Amino acid sequence: MSEAPAQPGPAMAMRTVQHSWFHRNRIKLAPWLFLAPALIFFAIYVVIPIFQSIWISFYEWDGLYNADGSTRATWVGVQHYIDLMDDDRFMTSLKNNVLWLVLFMLAVPIGLGIALFLNQTVTGIRLYKSLFFFPFVISQVVVGLIFSWFYNPNFGVVGFVWEFFGATPPAILADEDLVTYGIIAAGLWPQIAYCMILYLTGLNNVSPDQIEAGRLDGAKGWKMLWHVILPQLWPATFLAIVVTVIGALRSFDMIAIMTQGGPYGSSNVLSYYMYETALSEYGYRYGYGSAIAVVLFAIMLIFISFFLWKMWRDEKGN
Amino acid sequence: MTSLFKTTLIGAAAMAMTVSGSFASDLIITFDDLNPGPKAAFEAAVEKFKGENPDINVTVNINDREAHKTAIRNFLTADAPDVTTWYAGNRMRPFVDAGLFADVSDVWEANGFSETLASTKPSMTVDGKQYGVPYTYYQWGVYYRKDIFDKLGLSEPKTWDEFLAAMRTINDSGVKPLTIGTKFLWPAAGVFDYLNLRQNGYDFHNQLTAGEVKYTDPRVRETFARWKEMLDAGGWVDNHATMDWQEGMSLFIKGEAAMYVMGNFAVGSMRDGGLTDDQIDFFQFPVINPDIANAEEAPTDTWHMPTNAKNKENAKKWLAFVAREDVQTEWNKSMGQLPINSKSSVGDDKFLQEGFATLNAAAGIAQFYDRDAPAEMAKAGMEGFQEFMVKPDRLDAILERLDKVQERVYK
Repeated sequence: MSEAPAQPGPAMAMRTVQHSWFHRNRIKLAPWLFLAPALIFFAIYVVIPIFQSIWISFYEWDGLYNADGSTRATWVGVQHYIDLMDDDRFMTSLKNNVLWLVLFMLAVPIGLGIALFLNQTVTGIRLYKSLFFFPFVISQVVVGLIFSWFYNPNFGVVGFVWEFFGATPPAILADEDLVTYGIIAAGLWPQIAYCMILYLTGLNNVSPDQIEAGRLDGAKGWKMLWHVILPQLWPATFLAIVVTVIGALRSFDMIAIMTQGGPYGSSNVLSYYMYETALSEYGYRYGYGSAIAVVLFAIMLIFISFFLWKMWRDEKGN
Repeated sequence: MTSLFKTTLIGAAAMAMTVSGSFASDLIITFDDLNPGPKAAFEAAVEKFKGENPDINVTVNINDREAHKTAIRNFLTADAPDVTTWYAGNRMRPFVDAGLFADVSDVWEANGFSETLASTKPSMTVDGKQYGVPYTYYQWGVYYRKDIFDKLGLSEPKTWDEFLAAMRTINDSGVKPLTIGTKFLWPAAGVFDYLNLRQNGYDFHNQLTAGEVKYTDPRVRETFARWKEMLDAGGWVDNHATMDWQEGMSLFIKGEAAMYVMGNFAVGSMRDGGLTDDQIDFFQFPVINPDIANAEEAPTDTWHMPTNAKNKENAKKWLAFVAREDVQTEWNKSMGQLPINSKSSVGDDKFLQEGFATLNAAAGIAQFYDRDAPAEMAKAGMEGFQEFMVKPDRLDAILERLDKVQERVYK
């Protein structure tokens, strides 16, 4: 009996008739089976919590339950959103988020520049490349710590440079006007490396034929870059923009490590402010924190929709 | 035959359970400090308790302090231990209000704690009932470099004018008078508390942190006026907003700053930093208004029984045990802090001796701004203090913002 499947022939054909529904549809089902674990976890840990956050944002809740396990949340409707409009800290965070979004975009052209520079055949270029990879490999927490010391006016490199020119070094992380720029600069360091890696990969796929053809037509330098190479790098550029936008909006680690939103809240961003109000030692206002999360989500939604639309259009075009 | 074996086994297990059930009971203890000193002191106390109560099965969980702060919010409802550590004052209030900490007034009553633990009774009391027992605290005050003071011919300032004069002298000699690190905000709250306690007194501190006084109140402005005088006397090191308290300490150790308004735990870092006991000393924060009795800051760590505790009788035994004079003496000696029980004795460290004398003479014990005020108010307030120290001319805007937060927090 156990040898039956190994035997080809009419017996096999007979058996197909008896195949189960599952067996008949296996080609269609297979991808869903493989996707199922990811989809289930995505639903539990990403999709459902989004709706839970929206729901909690209509409640005033300190995160505690009564001793018998019943909830202590009270319904306040859209009150939290009204309060947000009148909250200086929230407005500062929102402003800083915009600043992050705009300045973080610098990572894309700088990453491209470095990638072009590194995409040459010189002895030892591999070593240089790996050195440029380095900031991307270092954890964000470490980057934050290194930059905190780097900026320290008493013993940091920045302090020494200033003093070399006979000036009093600025306390970048204690100055409300400089602090956000200081943190963004620190965040840019690994982000540039990330974009550079994307572009290096992209440059590998640039077709030599087209460059050759461009050369014959007399293109070189900027013209070559703009008309021949950049269009071929579009997929890499798209990806670089996506990761940079997401990186800017979820900037959290750097702020937590370097300033904790200080001095007096001036370097706060939405993601850290949300953490602070909802989950930190001085917060535990789950409803208010959720309202901030919803605002952040709404901003992200704009970009997500754009990216999805763009991807859909590109795929249709192909 | 297998089934016979099984039955015997089940029978034996059932026997064992009834036996242990009839003689022993359980006690589950959750402690919140993994640092070697406090952990060892706690474990020694547990051993002593076990020795006195051989019939109790003690289970101990020790959490990291920060993790404990998050975990307690869940385990009080979901899986409560029989006793747990926490803090006095407004930090325990949300749990009392939610009915998660049990009323243990009877433990106080039965053991005469109202007398022996009198100094912290107010901060353990909500609506006339006690919700835990304190086991340790430590004093705050002004730590200073005695060698720098001696070189400049200064003595410990007792009054506000002497304090300001000392600051100017130190500043003129090229050393910064006070060090501080306000990156994590709370050190600034210590300064505010002392100025406010000396300017307006203990009751006012409590009214303010209870939300009964506005921040724009003229008395609060007086407190900030004193603070401004300190700033004008060249009081603080530069760039304190970029430093945490240890980085502030390094300036003290290097001799670039002469004084530090801090808690007694700072002495450990000073000694670790290479300062000898000849170089460091301590004085009580100077008197500002002579009509006001000296109250002190002494954050208190406490034990509580959750409402959902399963072994309440044993939990109460533990609470009575940890507040006993001999237990507090030993516990605090090995931890290097101060016992709360007034009959306990203190380790022979000079700072502890001086601190114990100071606290016993105090007109009131404040829990520190961020434990006395509700968390959200505390955060906004401490950001305000930090901002004031950097931009004192923004005082009006800061106070108005704090009023706005106060209105929302206490409603």
